[in-house]
Amino acid sequence: MEVYFDNAATTRVLDGVRDIVIKTMTEDYANPAAKHKKGMAAEQYIRQARSRIAGTLKAEEKEILFTSGGSEANNMALIGTALANQRRGRHIISTAVEHPSVYNPLAYLEEQGFEVTFLPVDRDGHISMADLKQAIRPETILLSVMYVNNEVGAVEPVEAISRLAKTENPGIIFHVDAIQAYGKYQIRPRKQGIDLLSASGHKFHGPKGVGFLYIGRGIKIKPLVYGGGQQWNLRAGTENVPGVAGLGAAALEMYTDLEQKVSHLTTLKDYMTDRLEKIEGTTVNSRRGLESAPQIISASFAGVPGEVLLHALAERGIYASSGSACSSHHPGVSSTLKGIGLIPPLLNQTLRFSFGLFNTKEEIDYCIGALKEVLPVLRRYQRG
Amino acid sequence: MIFQSFLIKYAEIGTKGKNRYLFEDALIKQIRNALKKAEGTFTISKEFGRIYVQAHGRYDYDDAVEALKRVFGIAWICPVLQVEDKDYNNLRQTVVDYLARVYPDRHFTFKVDSRRADKSYPLTSEQMNRDLGEVILKAYPETRVDVHKPEVRLRVEVRKGINIYSLMIPGPGGMPVGTNGKAMLLLSGGIDSPVAGYMIAKRGVKIDAVYFHAPPYTSDRARQKVVDLAGLVARYSGPVPLHIVNFTEIQLYIYEQCPHEELTIIMRRYMMKIAEAIAVKNDALALITGESIGQVASQTVHSLAATNEVCTMPVFRPLIGFDKQEIIDISQKIGTYETSIQPYEDCCTIFVAKHPVIKPDIKRIYNSEKKLAGRIEEMVEKALETAEVVWCE
Repeated sequence: MEVYFDNAATTRVLDGVRDIVIKTMTEDYANPAAKHKKGMAAEQYIRQARSRIAGTLKAEEKEILFTSGGSEANNMALIGTALANQRRGRHIISTAVEHPSVYNPLAYLEEQGFEVTFLPVDRDGHISMADLKQAIRPETILLSVMYVNNEVGAVEPVEAISRLAKTENPGIIFHVDAIQAYGKYQIRPRKQGIDLLSASGHKFHGPKGVGFLYIGRGIKIKPLVYGGGQQWNLRAGTENVPGVAGLGAAALEMYTDLEQKVSHLTTLKDYMTDRLEKIEGTTVNSRRGLESAPQIISASFAGVPGEVLLHALAERGIYASSGSACSSHHPGVSSTLKGIGLIPPLLNQTLRFSFGLFNTKEEIDYCIGALKEVLPVLRRYQRG
Repeated sequence: MIFQSFLIKYAEIGTKGKNRYLFEDALIKQIRNALKKAEGTFTISKEFGRIYVQAHGRYDYDDAVEALKRVFGIAWICPVLQVEDKDYNNLRQTVVDYLARVYPDRHFTFKVDSRRADKSYPLTSEQMNRDLGEVILKAYPETRVDVHKPEVRLRVEVRKGINIYSLMIPGPGGMPVGTNGKAMLLLSGGIDSPVAGYMIAKRGVKIDAVYFHAPPYTSDRARQKVVDLAGLVARYSGPVPLHIVNFTEIQLYIYEQCPHEELTIIMRRYMMKIAEAIAVKNDALALITGESIGQVASQTVHSLAATNEVCTMPVFRPLIGFDKQEIIDISQKIGTYETSIQPYEDCCTIFVAKHPVIKPDIKRIYNSEKKLAGRIEEMVEKALETAEVVWCE
């Protein structure tokens, strides 16, 4: 049996996505900028995808910019707005638990003379409103907070964060890394006070190598990629028609009967959480309910290195993810897990199970069975 | 490219008396194998105790030189201009053209070094040296003759045809692989063992390798890393059959039965035993390890003696007196370093005791190993039976 519980890393594409990708690669493959009829046929896929995605966000089509994925969307959101707005100020606020594709562009901006404040998180992975209020200054131009934490699934109250930030300083541009949230939540950027929002196709059953950045009307942003003037001069390069078409198809499919899909994921999460909590020495780090994402479970297994457990499960066809390497040579532990207060040995004894539309309860039963079988064996052999 | 041929000069094998042909044939075989990876079609021939590589039609010169630079036994690689026309007046023009092509800036000191294997040739080598020297000076007035330390030593050899060459690219030295039997390399994912394999292969020894895999404690990526390393060693040694042994059961059993501070030593003793058994089965006559005195607890002289003691075959430890930095330098030179430092754990690092013994007492080790007796033999047998071979080249 093969059980794929690593959907927060990437997902299998939906059949409809595969079909449209093949069609745009083999039949409607012209350059969407070409003036001829075949070029227009290709352009139709871009327009359709843009309209589908805008529809899911109740946004305008012109607010959707296609990128090569979540990392590029985050880079553009941060570097692009920092550069375009630096005359108003050079202070940025973010959190201590961001993904590297947010953290590293911010580190780059620090090198360029920007100042970045990183807010700590509490045991549930949430930032404190008091900390945020204190961090905001007149010269703060940008605030970047992730919607759903990729390691434990903590959901930040983005609407409340936006309200507070904009009350303190109406000039702040609010970016949300929604890479683990898009396709799981009804997101209304305008209503929720979000100015920029990043998403990635392959996290919601779309293709890899494609994503989008929502850029609210009136937000000043500079391009990262210069060239032939595609996408309103904001992102040059011939559009990735198969990727974009697949992205649009996946978005449409996810947001059709979203509640039903999310309820499928929540059922799986609750089902597995119940069973994990009954296994001795196991702690589930992710919360239940609305304050945590429906597809992510982080669990710690006392006395068992995460990576060893990962390989033991993989031998049985079960694929999960370990946050950080267990190697003593590479003590690069996760700042998220540290942030939520995990004590040192558990930091390396943690796995993430993440669900997608294709998963079933039977797979969870199989996985729990495997855990019950391997954990006692692995505990017999401990380092040192 | 004006060169269609290479003259291959070899060092030590020239001195091997009546066995010389064995060495030459092995060298030709290794050259042929190495050139398979270069773009082009090549033939290799042996003439009057010399080896020539001949390229047919278009070929990639840099590819060919890179491949030859990895063939042990080669002292020098000389790109040669071969002319069949032996007419002396034409030769004068050819020499002038050759220098223009190979040394376009024309500012150099030179010496002409002629040789005449064909004694019926109208000029003696002395006459040729003098005359060709004058021809060159006339054609390129910027040049000077220097008979003691010339920048360009132009060789002109009159044989069946005429060979002209002046470039000498150093080869790796050593002896052709296949002239000195076969040995079994204990390959981990580290920096040292690939270097040890390289050094023994350089002495003409064929290499088989053995890797101890301990799933789920070591990952498939760690295993892939070792396969990659064996492939890098194979660029010098020729194809390496890598024997992958599943060591988990043995390792866990030792862990359960023996004192933890002796774990590494006992584990290494079993690795040597298993490696030796595989060596015997595959006609290898020695083991190779990357050990260096004192590098880690299991490589103190006491520990080396304790692990060595289980083998009857010679164990080659070419790095025994090297410092870590010296080993790193070689690994960078031969191109294994970047792969070696990828951060995947091997089975030696996974169950390390906090304070391993550095002066193991062999009697105590025997006592500890007694606790394994009865079951361990079967586990070793199973590990040998289930070992898997991956050909790395």
